[in-house]
Amino acid sequence: MNLRTEIAESLRFSWSALMANKMRAILTTLGIVIGVVTVSLMSMAIDGVSKSFLKSISTLGSDILYLEKNAWMDNEDWWKRRGRRDIEMPHVRELNRLIGDRYILSPFAHQPCSVKYRTESISGVFLEGCTPEYAAINSYAFIEGRFFNNNEVDGHRPVCVLGNDTYTALFKGAPAVGHKIKINGINYEIVGTMEKRGTFMGFSLDNSIYIPITRQLADFAWRPNVSIAIKVPDMRNVEEMTEEIRGAMRKVRRLEPGQSDDFAINKQEVLLTTFNKVTGVIASAGLFITGLSLFVGGIGIMNIMFVSVAERTREIGLRKALGARRRTILLQFLMEALMICLLGGVIGLGLAWCLKPVVNHYIPASISFKTVAFALFIAAATGIVSGYIPARRAARMDPVDALRDE
Amino acid sequence: MAEALIQLQDVCKSYDMGAEIVHALREVTLQITRGEYVAIMGPSGSGKSTLMNILGCLDTPTSGIFILNGRAVSDMDDNELADIRNQEIGFVFQTFNLLARSTAFHNVELPLIYAGVPSYDRRQIAVKVLQQVGLGDRMTHKPNELSGGQRQRVAIARALVNGPSILLADEPTGNLDTATGDEIMLLFDKLHQDGNTIILVTHEEDVAQRARRIVRIRDGKIASDESRNSPLPQNP
Repeated sequence: MNLRTEIAESLRFSWSALMANKMRAILTTLGIVIGVVTVSLMSMAIDGVSKSFLKSISTLGSDILYLEKNAWMDNEDWWKRRGRRDIEMPHVRELNRLIGDRYILSPFAHQPCSVKYRTESISGVFLEGCTPEYAAINSYAFIEGRFFNNNEVDGHRPVCVLGNDTYTALFKGAPAVGHKIKINGINYEIVGTMEKRGTFMGFSLDNSIYIPITRQLADFAWRPNVSIAIKVPDMRNVEEMTEEIRGAMRKVRRLEPGQSDDFAINKQEVLLTTFNKVTGVIASAGLFITGLSLFVGGIGIMNIMFVSVAERTREIGLRKALGARRRTILLQFLMEALMICLLGGVIGLGLAWCLKPVVNHYIPASISFKTVAFALFIAAATGIVSGYIPARRAARMDPVDALRDE
Repeated sequence: MAEALIQLQDVCKSYDMGAEIVHALREVTLQITRGEYVAIMGPSGSGKSTLMNILGCLDTPTSGIFILNGRAVSDMDDNELADIRNQEIGFVFQTFNLLARSTAFHNVELPLIYAGVPSYDRRQIAVKVLQQVGLGDRMTHKPNELSGGQRQRVAIARALVNGPSILLADEPTGNLDTATGDEIMLLFDKLHQDGNTIILVTHEEDVAQRARRIVRIRDGKIASDESRNSPLPQNP
């Protein structure tokens, strides 16, 4: 008996079984539908979170190192970090003397502030103190004017550059360069306005204002921690370069050999690995939990397949008498389970697709080919796994006993 | 006489029922040649069903030799037995055993599917056999749309469709009224005249009387084995 006729006959067999017990088929399928909906929604959510995170993190730039007092993702014990000195401007100047010929680097520090222009005032603006190199490192683009220059930084000049949202909120599209605004009550002159940059992990990068870091440290009582952004000219040697920067910074900090670093060099990569680790855990936990609902569906399938086998005992006996081999019977019942599950998988995916707009409201959701393939694979696997034992029982039945069954 | 189609040599069948061992068949030796029309008779519990199951290759003997059409069936495995049943045996059951949700045509086609016959040939053969049993115009009907006699005809067509060596009928008229039963028995007579080997398992004397040879089983043994040269006069 060739495989094609065997499968065709199996399909006919399972279809007639499903049609004979429509209500039962619907209820059993429902279990799988629910399982597939939860699994595909879960994988949709995980995909969505990953995508938005990766989009965010790309704004950090893969070729920028962040030299900071503490590491972003630190497993070190708190008492080792306790006595760390802040990074201050003299450190930055010395580091620049040591490696400034090979790297572009800029100190930066941020804090919230409130801004006022005539009668318009906004608070919670992201005030960022830095040097002109910061604009070069992050490739800022301008609508009008320019970034402040080194003379203005060295001279502690009260000049500022407006991020796109801040500019729009205060000036509503009118020319701004040359006008004066008040930052926390102190006058600053606008020298440039910036193009839109987007968001980072849900925070607007445009709700910002840039001033010379020297001025920031002089003007505002609450002194933020200074960090240093360093652009790596060649990513292929990033390990070596990190080592070089580390060496230079140790010199700047006057660390003896044997003393451990009292600063950290952070990379986008670190966030990425941590994120992958975290999403990996969330994904497996989430899929495990949602998988449980599919497991329950699978038990339903197995249960109903046992019933189906018991009901059709006589028919199995007859088919065996007519020459059906074990494999043929096995295939017929497996096909029945598979059919229920794939049907459930397709309906489940359809439902998940309908729910997509709802999910999209919270996180960017998309149904990728991967999700579809995954859901169908899981559904089919459930069918085969839970159908196998009942099907095997059918296949191994003794034809004499089966024919005698009432 | 023609070659021995069925050869049973000292065949025993016993079942382990836990507390005791039941000997259903005790050293049965039997030969049936091609073209014979044999009735196997016996009261219930005599072992005739066990004998039928062994002859139909649904079961294998505990000991002894069973050669069917030159092949030793006694020690075949499940799948080999399935193939033998498919090719050599045509079953007709008391309760018809048709697939309720399938048409007469599909019921008849089923053994051909298991034999791996291509779709086009299946159609040709199944249609021919259905016409042969007088159901050429009922092919698309499902069993519940057919009378008892018609159902048994479908079952007979299904039994014949693979051109088996033996037609094995287990109480074929048991679920039919007398008139319909006679009709079916006439069909068996005709099939016998066409050269088919028929084994009829029954406990009804008048059904058995239509065969040319009657083998009586009692307590797992052959009690008598009588042959007649001419059949009973056929008067409807």
